[in-house]
Amino acid sequence: MDIVVDAPGKAEDKAGTDVLALQAPENALTKTLSEAISYCRRNSIWPVMMGLSCCAIEMMGTAASRYDLSRFGSEVFRPSPRQADLMIVAGTVTKKMAPVVRRIYDQMTEPKWVIAMGACSSCGGMYNVYSVLQGVDEVIPVDIYVPGCPPRPEALIYAIMQLQKKIRQEPIYLFN
Amino acid sequence: MATRVVEQNYSNIESMTLNMGPQHPSTHGVLRIILELDGETVTKCTPVLGYLHRAKEKHAEFKTYHQFIPYTDRMDYLSPMSNNTAYVMTVEKALGIGITDRCRYLRTLLCELARMSSHLLAVGTGALELGAMTVFMWGFTQREKIYDIFEFISGARFTVSYMRAGGVAREDYPEWRRRVREFLDGYMRTQEEMEAMLNENEIFLQRMIGVGRISAEDAINFGLGGPSLRGSGIDWDIRRDTPYLAYEEADWEVAYETEGDCYARFLVRMRELRESWRICCQMLDLLAKHSGERMNIDNPKIVFPPKDNVKKSMEDLIHHFLLASEGFKVPPGEVYHAIEAPKGELGFYLVADGGPRAYRLGVRSPSFINLGALEHMCVGELLADVVAIIASLDPVMGEVDR
Amino acid sequence: MAVDLEKLEQLLTNKLREKFGEAIRDITSYRGELTVRLDREVVLEVSRTLHDDPDFRFDHLSYVTCVDWSAQGRTPRYSVSWFLYSTARRHRVKLTADVPEEDPTVDSVYSVWRSASFTEREAFDMFGVIFQGHPDLRRILMPDDWDGHPLRKDFPLGGVKSFYFKRATDPHAGEPADLVQRIRRQESDI
Repeated sequence: MDIVVDAPGKAEDKAGTDVLALQAPENALTKTLSEAISYCRRNSIWPVMMGLSCCAIEMMGTAASRYDLSRFGSEVFRPSPRQADLMIVAGTVTKKMAPVVRRIYDQMTEPKWVIAMGACSSCGGMYNVYSVLQGVDEVIPVDIYVPGCPPRPEALIYAIMQLQKKIRQEPIYLFN
Repeated sequence: MATRVVEQNYSNIESMTLNMGPQHPSTHGVLRIILELDGETVTKCTPVLGYLHRAKEKHAEFKTYHQFIPYTDRMDYLSPMSNNTAYVMTVEKALGIGITDRCRYLRTLLCELARMSSHLLAVGTGALELGAMTVFMWGFTQREKIYDIFEFISGARFTVSYMRAGGVAREDYPEWRRRVREFLDGYMRTQEEMEAMLNENEIFLQRMIGVGRISAEDAINFGLGGPSLRGSGIDWDIRRDTPYLAYEEADWEVAYETEGDCYARFLVRMRELRESWRICCQMLDLLAKHSGERMNIDNPKIVFPPKDNVKKSMEDLIHHFLLASEGFKVPPGEVYHAIEAPKGELGFYLVADGGPRAYRLGVRSPSFINLGALEHMCVGELLADVVAIIASLDPVMGEVDR
Repeated sequence: MAVDLEKLEQLLTNKLREKFGEAIRDITSYRGELTVRLDREVVLEVSRTLHDDPDFRFDHLSYVTCVDWSAQGRTPRYSVSWFLYSTARRHRVKLTADVPEEDPTVDSVYSVWRSASFTEREAFDMFGVIFQGHPDLRRILMPDDWDGHPLRKDFPLGGVKSFYFKRATDPHAGEPADLVQRIRRQESDI
């Protein structure tokens, strides 16, 4: 059952939700609840470990002592995709690796977001060759692209803040 | 001790196959290992590689010699300075040119800083995988300082692309040397803290001592290099035995241990950190002494002119244009040059055909060959020790798969 | 600890010529490196000699690689190189053997140096040269079902055909379904 709280009137837009799209009018309770959920979501984005190559070192650097990603609630790198809601694809995705990336993405629970970190995972970067996938968006949908080879930790932190902004604007489905 | 009370026939019990990776938190990247287990003991271990194969050797045949330098950065992405140096020295060998003294000191200093940064990560993540978070954080604090040093001289944190055939991209300057000095002065405190933290840590020692043993003969036969070889009691270091750059002029010792287990390899890394620090201090002094001298060699057909001159002088503009668009030509011939990278012997095999591009560039990467001994080390060990063994070999997948 | 190149060259010439005769084609030095060119039939015996002989003691095989000469129109098409090093005597030598296109086989030196395990697999993967006697000659870097050998000169940089991948969209998009059905389908997809 879908109850769209944050965006009244949008329920019928979702394909395949033919059951009881309850269009609750915005009231103080639902508004507060959805804001609370959104607040929790965007301030505790747990990334799955997806360090593929060079960018992984910058990702580790972002989480480590100087840049301290925990200031933004995202330092808990989960080895299991079941416990994560953000995938930072940090590095070159080769054609041998692509099915694995897709599989791990599928294993993540909803809601989930993807950051393509660096030139390689955004578009193939400097590797326009037989073995490299030209951008991870060929296999999974991407929310934020971070340019750079590799991006600085500040760029990754900025990407996570942009993602927080995006999550804030997303409607919250209370029951799904 | 436990004695077996009931003798049973276990022959019909099948072993279990466990897939580790390619995306596993303690495999240092996208390494996949297929383990066959008898209970908790590893009976077979098959590394599956190629999840980060980026075709660098193929790229080298399509890029000019200078254009390939950024690709070497991304091989062993923990010590790009060493990769740059190895590649550029191979090209210089094929060209038959030498470099200036000042450049030798600067390259040695940067290579040793890269070695420190690589070993700090190896020790830090190795400890992290055995459950010690603190050393990782301390190591990263120092690594960030090294990254700052790299950034101040090359403009990038670790994908530096700094070395050039016949010299370097930018010269060092007094403010930079002051920063290096500042880092080196403050570094030893962290080193002592890390040693105190790990060398007397019983959990850490229990996990490392006696695990992943490899004898000296096997280590050589498997072609291991670097700390993995020296941990087995082989006193071999390319920096000393076939000297290159300025290692002969520095006062330092080769660190080696005789036990051949994970702890020995860890100790070699810790001692190499100290030795690298010693070399860095000496190179910094030498660099300051030679600060007024020429950095790049005087050969406009190979070395880029200073950027300021390009805007003023017609000749320099032409040289710059030709170098950037066409590149320099290397006389035909085959050369192989190896240096001691943090992981072991890093060699480039260059086949030049007289044109501006390499006809074939083969990379002898230490991590790739070190991984060949993984099965030998893992069989008979417990499942939990596989993680410690991988950490002690310290493979970097960018270099394994290239 | 500089190695006397001329002495080593002399030693190699004497010992190998004596034992293998014309199978050792020539011994050259270029930029301070020794290269022994030899017939591919004797690679294994020469390797064993160099490994065991107390004068050489080449106990460390650094690297095995291959070059495809077809872009220069040279025949035989491939040449395989072995880079040997002696940790005891600190000297290096390179062995090179030509391998024709029609019969790209050469003996594996796995029985002498086990470090050949991965490097020979890589050379096979990248060039298609078959190392006879290797216990486990499979592809190592490319996927097992990959077509072609990438480092051959006739293999283009971008590859011959791209792998097919399912686009990232939901394959069932637009189909009406209730919640239970949708979840069942997701489960079966994963």
